[in-house]
Amino acid sequence: MTVKGIATLALAALSLLAPACAGSAEGDTLAVFAAASLTDSFEALAAAFEAGHPGVTVTLNFAASSALREQILAGAPADVFASASADDMNRLAAAGALAGGPRVFARNRMVIAVPAGNPAGVTGLADFADPGRLIGLCAEEIPCGRYAREALASAGVTPSPDSLEPDVRALLNKIAAGELDAGIVYATDVAAAEGTVGTIALPAAHAVVASYPIAALAASPRADLAAAFVAFVLSPQAQVLLATSGFEAP
Amino acid sequence: MSPDPLPARRAVRAPRGLLVLAAVGLALFVVPLIGLLARAPWSRLGSLITSPVVVDALRLSLISSAAAAALAVALGLPLAWVLARLEFRGRAVVRGLVTLPLVLPPVVGGAALLLAFGRRGLIGEPLYEATGLLLPYSIWGVILANAFVATPFLVITVEGALRHLDPRYEGAAATLGARRWRVFTRVTLPLIAPSLAAGTALAWARALGEFGATITFAGNLPGQTQTMPLAVFIALQHDRDIAVALSLVLVAVSLAVLIALRDRWWGRW
Repeated sequence: MTVKGIATLALAALSLLAPACAGSAEGDTLAVFAAASLTDSFEALAAAFEAGHPGVTVTLNFAASSALREQILAGAPADVFASASADDMNRLAAAGALAGGPRVFARNRMVIAVPAGNPAGVTGLADFADPGRLIGLCAEEIPCGRYAREALASAGVTPSPDSLEPDVRALLNKIAAGELDAGIVYATDVAAAEGTVGTIALPAAHAVVASYPIAALAASPRADLAAAFVAFVLSPQAQVLLATSGFEAP
Repeated sequence: MSPDPLPARRAVRAPRGLLVLAAVGLALFVVPLIGLLARAPWSRLGSLITSPVVVDALRLSLISSAAAAALAVALGLPLAWVLARLEFRGRAVVRGLVTLPLVLPPVVGGAALLLAFGRRGLIGEPLYEATGLLLPYSIWGVILANAFVATPFLVITVEGALRHLDPRYEGAAATLGARRWRVFTRVTLPLIAPSLAAGTALAWARALGEFGATITFAGNLPGQTQTMPLAVFIALQHDRDIAVALSLVLVAVSLAVLIALRDRWWGRW
């Protein structure tokens, strides 16, 4: 192939990419960035929202809330942000990235997750200090890691973790596979893992409940649609869906 | 630049289109680097890169990538020789299997490693029951994950060199009475040394940058399994400055090693 041929091909490839970028500005696609712990419930919510808004496609981006926050601050094309922590949402608010005040749409309880059958005989938070057990936590930098440390600190336990996972689903998967003996995750994650993990509730004195705020983003070119999605998540219909995933009312 | 001693060579005039594309190619590598430098927290850099997290991660990265490169040589060189020299049924399949990690997403590789060598893995479980040895959550797991993704780079480089080797050199040595092992170490190895060095450097570089297989298989714990790429990823979630500082250290170390290796092993091109 000639050099000219290669250059023509390269240009052709670039021009193929261009309409793909422009297409997202047409207004029929809504980009929702949501905390990893919302994976199952927001897939259901997005489907219900699409059913009520013909022609609209909701694309979901799940990751740790802190990672999503950084992506949004770096200019990622997001229309709505649903966070697992008020802290990450507040930092976006401080940066002027929100279109309106955040609204709490759900709450989630932290629980201890163990592999099915609890082979290591984990009984409570005190076992997290046992170096003989394989303990996993979310990294401190992400919400589920902060909530877990809150619970451990309130029980006076200094954990000896073997791995600090980058998001709650990664942690849960290792517990479900029996590669870790215990970890602290959201109650909804255990509900989503259906039978592959067991759960131990935290005693009331050390209970930690996470609040989930949602907000439309200031940079969204689809402000009306973004606001409609936020209103939908707060609607009774969506609240029923969230409750079936194990979330508690705001 | 020393003057070229060969009078037969003349200055090459490149086609303009080639130059333009080459410049675009170079920009692809250089622009992100400039981005890193432009966003670097220069005033905090000193304290950031001497923090325990960075020092631990760098130490782990250097040890595990060097060990993975050594493992790649120990296992990849024989594999390359077998693939290049032996005629056997299923060679194409073996070659495909060996190079699979090149195309496989590293996270998939990590998950597969966990299913094989994890505590509940095919081999990992009996190993753990018998000896108490656990590869994940330890530097051994990091080295294994690194070697898994890095070894194919050495295999394809060395296999290519072996195929292009004139078999008459080895034939002559054998005719003169050298045994097979002696032919391999005294004739074959010196002839493919430059490719072996290049393959080792490639494998090392791939291991140094390994992320997906490592975090999936070995986990992430500062001082135990958190290599530089893992530290960068976690830092990106809460402090971009730390992530950029870590990235700069990684870039500097990689460049220094690659440049040093080039001078020592490959000579001047």
